Amino acid sequence: MAGFWNMRRRNNLVGYLFVAPQLIGSVAFVLLPLLLIGWYSLHDYNVLAETVRFTGGQNYSKLVHDPNLPSVLAATALFSIGVTVLNLALALFLALLLNQRLAGTTVFRTLFFSPVVVSLVAWAIVWQFLLQSDGGINGMLHATGVSGPNWLRGNGTAMLALIVVQVIKNVGLNMVLFLAALQGVPHQLYEAAEIDGAGRWTRLRRITVPLISPTILLASIITVVGSLQAFAQIAVLTQGGPGTSTTVLVYYLYQQAFQFQHFGYGATLSLLLFGIVALLTAVQWRMRRKWVFNET
Amino acid sequence: MRRDLKTRSKLALYALLCVFCVPFVFPTWWMVTSSFKPVGQIFAMPPRLLPAHWDFSAYSQVFEFQPFARQYFNSCYIALVVTLGTMVVASLAGYAFARIRFPGQNALFLVVLIGLLIPSEVTIVPLFRIFESLGLTDTHWPLILVPMLGAPSVLATFIMRQFFISLPVELEEAARVDGLGQFGVFFRIALPLARPALAAVAIFTFLNSWNMYLEPIVYLSTPEKFTIPQALAQFVDAYGGPMWNVQLAAASLTSLPVLVVFVVAQRQFVEGLAHSGLKG
Repeated sequence: MAGFWNMRRRNNLVGYLFVAPQLIGSVAFVLLPLLLIGWYSLHDYNVLAETVRFTGGQNYSKLVHDPNLPSVLAATALFSIGVTVLNLALALFLALLLNQRLAGTTVFRTLFFSPVVVSLVAWAIVWQFLLQSDGGINGMLHATGVSGPNWLRGNGTAMLALIVVQVIKNVGLNMVLFLAALQGVPHQLYEAAEIDGAGRWTRLRRITVPLISPTILLASIITVVGSLQAFAQIAVLTQGGPGTSTTVLVYYLYQQAFQFQHFGYGATLSLLLFGIVALLTAVQWRMRRKWVFNET
Repeated sequence: MRRDLKTRSKLALYALLCVFCVPFVFPTWWMVTSSFKPVGQIFAMPPRLLPAHWDFSAYSQVFEFQPFARQYFNSCYIALVVTLGTMVVASLAGYAFARIRFPGQNALFLVVLIGLLIPSEVTIVPLFRIFESLGLTDTHWPLILVPMLGAPSVLATFIMRQFFISLPVELEEAARVDGLGQFGVFFRIALPLARPALAAVAIFTFLNSWNMYLEPIVYLSTPEKFTIPQALAQFVDAYGGPMWNVQLAAASLTSLPVLVVFVVAQRQFVEGLAHSGLKG
């Protein structure tokens, strides 16, 4: 037996043993569910009778003709674009502010980052409270003589509120990523540009942004995918309302599958979500050739 | 842009930073201070920064309306098990994919990487049906097994692999010459060197598990088994209206321990997460 278990075989065995838990988990909790989504989407599940019936493309034609779908996709796009644009812009701005030679920037960095570690549902609950018609935000507006709207019940303001709450919660992460990238930009470049007469804005556009573009790409992928997963804050703050104005795809999927028990249709919506995530990641990844500087 | 600034622009910068801090700090401040206000004072106009008199009753009510201590324990132990489990799974797999050569390695790595592309919301429907058919709904198993072994742990494995690749291979080779076996090299040499990556993995895994919301509300139905985020949303009065001060007290109890750990170890949090380039 000692001959059979030579170095090479032992080495292979160790390799397989080391990857086994992750591999088994990936097959059981990623690949199998992915295949099942396809299978469920071709079936209709009756909860009361506990029967499963093959329905072919019925869930797909339901998807195409679903009167709610245009509004769901519009809300998803609005939320994701709003969150991504606002998050990246604010993160870059805060990172630039903190990247100055200034005492106490660590304190401010800690403060800006702190919402990241606050429990998400706790964060949503506080904001629900602040955004009530008689809540803290309108209280402060009242002090300046303005009477604020009922943020979470108004068309338009509900979506705006969700975007702002999400951005303030998460912007610290991108800020920290950008700060690390900014510290890698050699300052000789700025000095040279200044001698050439470049202003603050030109230096930002022509030096800073191109040099940290790999980080901007990474942050944008993470932020877009993260915004497509937003669920808890919507469940706490608006429950998809008013009407369906904040019912994004993940929330709609939850409603269909777990509130109305339409598992087959829920699986079809899961496929749609998967398709959107895969497509956006692929598009952003391809765009890197166009505008990311010196990809390494 | 890192240069010494004039006093005037320094002051302007501080003012700007302070203004921008408000929306980041105020909600947490409001959450904690309002939990000490009697219900009637919470909506006082104009809003008060500190309670007029401190009322601790909300904190005892938290434990009366729900088995909150039990729910707190549930969240703690689930997050701890998931964090430790993910560290083990990810460091083993990450090391093997980075350093050990075995047949089929690249194909297996690709299979694992698919998990990076799949948000957990995509697979929640089939996973629920799988655990239902195994009789494991309304237990904590899905909340432990899926994050530890499924898609969420893949990111951890990927980070560990990238870290092990970046380590100089000479140390491990020297150890091998000195007679250490494959296991010995991993446990005694590579793993201790991987402490920064492990810390980052631990932090974001813990935060993810602690914040998990969709999974518990899908899988769990008995209040004794709830996790904290799920329980937080349940503090409502007989008419379905939120019980503000109780809810805010529960929210403070949830957030403050993590915030304190964060403030103490903020360098590890911020730099660990920044350098592994990932999101919690």
